Amino acid sequence: MDWLYVLMPISGCTIFWPGLIILGLGVGIIGGFFGMGGAWMVTPGLNILGFPMAFAIGTDVAHMAGKSLISTMRHGKFGNVDYKLGLTMLVGTVIGMEIGAQIVMLLERLGNVDKVVRWLYVVLLICLAWMVFHDIAVRKRKEREAQARGEVLDEKATGIDWASKLHAIKIPPMVHFHQAGIYCSAWLPIFVSFATGVLAGILGIGGGLIRMPCLVYLIGCPTHIAVGTDLFEVAISGLYGAATYTLKGRTELVAALIMLIGAAIGAQIGAVATKYIRGYGIRAAFGAAVIGCLCSVVLKLIQPYFPAYAKIINNVATVVVLGFVISISGYIFVKMIQGAAQEIAENKRQRAN
Amino acid sequence: MRKLRNLWVWLVGVYAMMLCFMPTVAMAKKALRNVVIVADTRRLDGLMLWWAQMYNDSHLYFMILTIIIIPITGCIFGVLADVVMNHIGIDLKHRKAAE
Repeated sequence: MDWLYVLMPISGCTIFWPGLIILGLGVGIIGGFFGMGGAWMVTPGLNILGFPMAFAIGTDVAHMAGKSLISTMRHGKFGNVDYKLGLTMLVGTVIGMEIGAQIVMLLERLGNVDKVVRWLYVVLLICLAWMVFHDIAVRKRKEREAQARGEVLDEKATGIDWASKLHAIKIPPMVHFHQAGIYCSAWLPIFVSFATGVLAGILGIGGGLIRMPCLVYLIGCPTHIAVGTDLFEVAISGLYGAATYTLKGRTELVAALIMLIGAAIGAQIGAVATKYIRGYGIRAAFGAAVIGCLCSVVLKLIQPYFPAYAKIINNVATVVVLGFVISISGYIFVKMIQGAAQEIAENKRQRAN
Repeated sequence: MRKLRNLWVWLVGVYAMMLCFMPTVAMAKKALRNVVIVADTRRLDGLMLWWAQMYNDSHLYFMILTIIIIPITGCIFGVLADVVMNHIGIDLKHRKAAE
């Protein structure tokens, strides 16, 4: 069975290549559907397959750039990408991430910040999960109230509406983002992307997990546009990240390319699935993904407190992450197949008539 | 109006300052890069050997090729997947906008 293993030219480790394709496929589906890179899923996955941690991060970032590009191409054709908004936010994201990284270096000189950063991540994930599920609950309440009045709630109605209050702050220059249907101060997306960039830089993550809900709740993007625009940003910032990691010699391109085979299929499945699932379906599944990420981070955090069980906790964390990847990507895959089968059947029926 | 103008000037100033600090940030990063990793080429041949040798010779060329190859591969796979999905009969240009 030697043919199932490939020798990585840079890291020198031998890797089970079908595992790379499967990992790419699962993360591709989730990334294309939610508009995030998914580093929290890929890095432990690569580590399990035998990659040293230093190469796992670089290889993940490199494959993320290619995968997000494929998803952006697909979302762009659906009209889900607001390029003007994406480019405006990119400025804030890049500067914010650099400043975040510098803040971490400064704090490191003062003492051990690792634990603080991880707990900050936990608080942030709890806030994100609360925001998503609170929004869903508010929207459901609005639906019930509309039903009681004998009306049907508008299809574009949302639960939480913080964005309209932020749009009312009219600091020039005012910009119209046509695709997203937003008219606001240019400073709003710049400030939001800067803040999410600083947070991502401090936490050492790509930022899609934070930026996507911020695009929805703070900037007021429809869910589908938020997914597409975030992917556009992830593609560009991923390429920048790939360049910096590769310059440090921490990227295994052969593994990234093998992963891209699976991710190309997965990204298309994830992106096409957004066509058949309503915005609130995407938000609910995103909330579940945030909880998955939260579980894995908490399990990593409690390890030092229970040294006797450290190995077991580590294995549980891995199982939790992979379990979430399999169940969420499975859900998206099934929804995509059901939607596509229905569409093809309808097309055939129309042609027959 | 005056307050607004002041705020505008302040924000532009902060932005400009951040851009000025960018090279310092990049230099600080360079200073931290003190670990050298070398690829073991003894077990490699053909394309893999060439790739590993390039890594050992210059990380810069290695990086340039990597960031060229990744988007190109992404585009090729994306176009291929488009062809397959179109062949299956999925409409890839329209979707219903609904929350």
